[in-house]
This record gives sequence, C-alpha cells and structure tokens, in this order.
Amino acid sequence: MLRITALVKYVPELTDRRFAADFTLDRDAAPGRLSELDEHTAEQAISLAEARRADGGEAELTYLTMGPPSAADALRKALSMGGDRAVHVLDPAMHGSDAQATSLALASAIKRIGYDVVVCGMASTDAGLGLVPAMVAERLQVPQISLASSLSLNGDRVTIERDSQRATETIEGSLPALVSVTDRTGEARYPSFKGIMAAKKKPLQTWSLGDLGIAEADAGLQAAYTKVLSATPRPPRGGGELVTDEGDGGTRLAGYLSARKFI
Amino acid sequence: MPYVLVVAEILDGSVLKPVQELLTLARRLGEPAVMALGAGAAGAAEALGHFGASHIFLTEDPVLDDYIVVPKVEAIAHVAAILAERGGLVAVLLAATPEGKELAGRLAVKLDSGVIADATDVALSHELGSVVTTQSVFGGAFTVQAAVVRGPAIVAVKANAVTPEPSPAVSQVGPQIEKLALEFSDLATTARVTARTERPPSGRPELTDATVVVSGGRGLGGPEHFSLLEHLADQLGAAVGASRAAVDAGWYEHQFQVGQTGKTVSPQLYLAVGISGAIQHRAGMQTSKTIVAVNKDPEAPIFELTDFGVIGDLFTVIPQLAEEIDQRR
Repeated sequence: MLRITALVKYVPELTDRRFAADFTLDRDAAPGRLSELDEHTAEQAISLAEARRADGGEAELTYLTMGPPSAADALRKALSMGGDRAVHVLDPAMHGSDAQATSLALASAIKRIGYDVVVCGMASTDAGLGLVPAMVAERLQVPQISLASSLSLNGDRVTIERDSQRATETIEGSLPALVSVTDRTGEARYPSFKGIMAAKKKPLQTWSLGDLGIAEADAGLQAAYTKVLSATPRPPRGGGELVTDEGDGGTRLAGYLSARKFI
Repeated sequence: MPYVLVVAEILDGSVLKPVQELLTLARRLGEPAVMALGAGAAGAAEALGHFGASHIFLTEDPVLDDYIVVPKVEAIAHVAAILAERGGLVAVLLAATPEGKELAGRLAVKLDSGVIADATDVALSHELGSVVTTQSVFGGAFTVQAAVVRGPAIVAVKANAVTPEPSPAVSQVGPQIEKLALEFSDLATTARVTARTERPPSGRPELTDATVVVSGGRGLGGPEHFSLLEHLADQLGAAVGASRAAVDAGWYEHQFQVGQTGKTVSPQLYLAVGISGAIQHRAGMQTSKTIVAVNKDPEAPIFELTDFGVIGDLFTVIPQLAEEIDQRR
C-alpha cells in the first residue's frame, strides 16, 4: 500500500488580503479558495495513486490542511478532483501560529495519518514564504525533493526533474520522502460532476491540537518565535509621469532614465 | 561581540553580489563568520575578508554537491554550534533563493529558532534585545516588521536588500580559515543529484540579483523580438525577464519568468515592455525601486505602478531608446 499525503492550503482570494488587528492574516473577512498552486499538488498526488494502481498496486491518498472552518472547502475541492479522504487540523488555539508551530501541527498530523510520500506545492499563494515544506520534512526526518517540474515513482524510488538556479537537475531519493511540485508539472484536472458528488461522501476528519498531542501553549501567537511588530500598507505606487509616444517616446524615456543615472 | 553566520555560496572563487549584501547586513548584527559553500571557496577568502568576514569555515566534501539540502543543513548547524560555544551566535543569514529558504526552514527546526524568509532588511533592536526584520508581503501591498524572539535568528534575505559596502575596518591578517571535517547522518545521503546540466551562462546578471531588469510580455508578439530586449539589457547591464504569458507561449525560457510562480525581483530599475501587468506578474516585481513601462494600451494595469510610462508601440520606442543610450555614452 502506497500512502500518499498531500498538503493543501485554503487561501484568501488574491485581491482580498488584509491584516487583522493582531497582525495575523485576516482569514475570515475574505472569500477563499484552494490555492491555485495546490491544484497542482492534488493533480500530482492523484497521478501517483493512479500510476500505482495501474501497476496493480494499492494506494491511498489523504489530503491534509490546517486553517479556519472554511478551509474544509479546499479539502472538498481537492477530493472532487480525486483522492480518498481528508484531514482538517482545526483549533482556535492555532490562530497566529508561526512557521514552527504550523510545521509541528502538520508533521504530527502526517505521522498520525501514516505516510510513504508527502506531496506539497511550491509555496502558498498568500504568505508565500515557502518555508513550511522544508520544516515539515525536517520534523519527519525525511528528505525534501523539491520544486519538481516532473516526477515519477518506481517502487520506493522517487525521481524528479527540476530547474535550479543555474542548472537542470535530476534528483532521486528513496521513500519516505517529501516532494514539492511546481506549476510546471502540467495542467490540473477539472472536477467532474461525478467527482463533485463523490467528494461529498468521502471521509473528512477534523483533528484538534489535543488529537495531535500538542499542548495549546506550544501553538498560536503566544508560542510564536517571531513576533510581528507592525504591518504598514505600502504607499500607493504610480502617479508617475505618463506620456504618449509622438515619435519621441524613446527619447523621453532615455531622458528620464538619464536624469536618474540609469544611463 | 557575538557572531553572525553568513551562508555564502561561492561560484568559482568569486564573491557574488548577494553574498556581499549578506555580509554588509551581518556587520550590523555582530562579528561576521562565513560558511563557504561551493567550488573554489578557499580562493574567496580575501574577498570575504574585505566585506568583514573574520572567520571562514570551509569544506570540500563532495557529499555537499552530490546530495541536496540536508548535508548543507548539517554543515551549517555544525558551524552554528561552534560559534555558539565560542562567543554566542545572534543570527544566521542566508540568501532567499529556493535552496536558501529550504536550508533556513530545516535549520530553524534543528536549532529550534525563529525563522523569517524574504527579508528586505535586518537590524538589531537593542531595545527589544532581538533581531528585527522587514518583509514586503501580499505582493508588496504591506511592509511588515517582525522581531525574532527566539534565537539565533534564522533569516533568509532577498537580493538587493542593501547596497554592498566593503568593511571600513579590515584586519591586516585577513580572515581566519578553518577547514571542517564533517560526518553526515544517514538522512543526509537519501536525495541524490543523479544528473545536472549546467545552463550556458547568458553573460547577463542573475535575474534575482540584477540591479536593472528588462522584461518582455505578450506585446512582443513572438520569440524573435526578445532580441530587442536583450540588446537593451546589455546596454544597461541588465538581466532579461519575461511575463508568464510570454513563457507559456514558449517565447522565452521559464527560468526567466517574473511573477508569482516564477522569480520575484526587486531591482533598482524594472523596465516592463509589452507587459499588461496582471496581478500574478505584479506580485513578482512590485517592490522594484523604480518601475518604467512601455505599452500601447493606455488602460494597461502596469501603468498603475509606473514612475514613468510610455504609451506607444514598443517596436519604435525601444529602438529609439537604444539609439539614445548609444549616443549618450
């Protein structure tokens, strides 16, 4: 049995992001969705399960998320694409958790689910710092085989291709492992009507910190190792000079750049 | 004075701008020590000393090149422990590249420390007694200041966070070099690089480090017209970028994509040519210091960001700009 756990995130829509009074991301005010990048996570996880079953093996795909009650929508969306079940880590005490507490909760849940391969996206589309997968991998003591533009599984060997800073690389590792995938892995499938109906019947469990054996004191704003001091809206940009080219657009642009010593 | 550990990727013995920037920032926090990774690191000692490094830790173990992430984390943690014992360690600074952020994340768990990624500034708050970082979040819409209350602070710093400056006080004897003999865990050798094809160098600066970036989008109309931008980029000493639309159309390589799912850039000057300015693109360039655009559509959202915009045909405006640059030099 190949046990796949896919980490997905529910994020506020791109245009509706703001801070609450305690400098946490206001996740209640804005409508949200399954992160666009995690559609690729779901797609690749489903493909791994399908490939294993096509080879006559067994596979089980569990989605995992952490977030407010509405985050369950992201799990249902992923389940409508495919996969078997989902786990939602939901606890008010998690509010304001930093990357440390987030990775602790996710790693604890992954251990409880049981796993051979953990699939996640390249970053979230809200905070977008890209720290959590590495931190989860360290807590699980598995390699992180990251930023795959393609991946394949052969027995307990996982192989990916990726574009690093200066080279194209092939990375090979053994399971258990954490793999992160980019939007270069290909289009994510659309949920079919049948898939949407089936998703409603798939098991979705909700776990609290207590279920994961994590003390409330070790989560949330109070426990955070980083403390936000201020969040300031950036002064609006623009209001700059806008000229219409009347045969001298390039010259005027050169004048602007020259005055600022770029030329 | 406590130490600050700078994780420096050395390329063929040279100290590239991102490392110079990290050392410039590190001097504000404490005494800079360097964990030098990469080929020819020994040859970079003098240049690192020039930017204030007092100690340089070296290893030439091939495990660091052949396996990803974990061996480097173990090497950095090893040096962090040495420095903590010698005089205290206030922070570890890394470049906020994809690899740098992975190292930062794993290291933070290993050292049980606070971690910040994509910092655009780092300082020491004597009042708080902690490292304070600045980040630009939500595609540049907010500036966030945060204190790392459990140290050593692990901070992945974005390129162009500071103008690199040589240290005013460079020791006559140069930095002290220490070679490491490392023993790696079994975990360190579980993810191996089985093939690596280096891309031919473009001769231009790295997109994420560049002081000037010239980017092209759908308005270019086809791959052949990117040569216009490459020529301009070479005149300006710039890197060339591309919008997702141009990359998805196959006109320019993915490694040059600027935007949410590509690279995030923060140069002194960003020149957007034939780019409408979709929100995904803006998320990757909005923090550029000066933004200039050429687009034939006066309604293009990119003009909401620009310090100077030209509404016009890029195929006449850009060649004219290039000619002007030649004449002014």
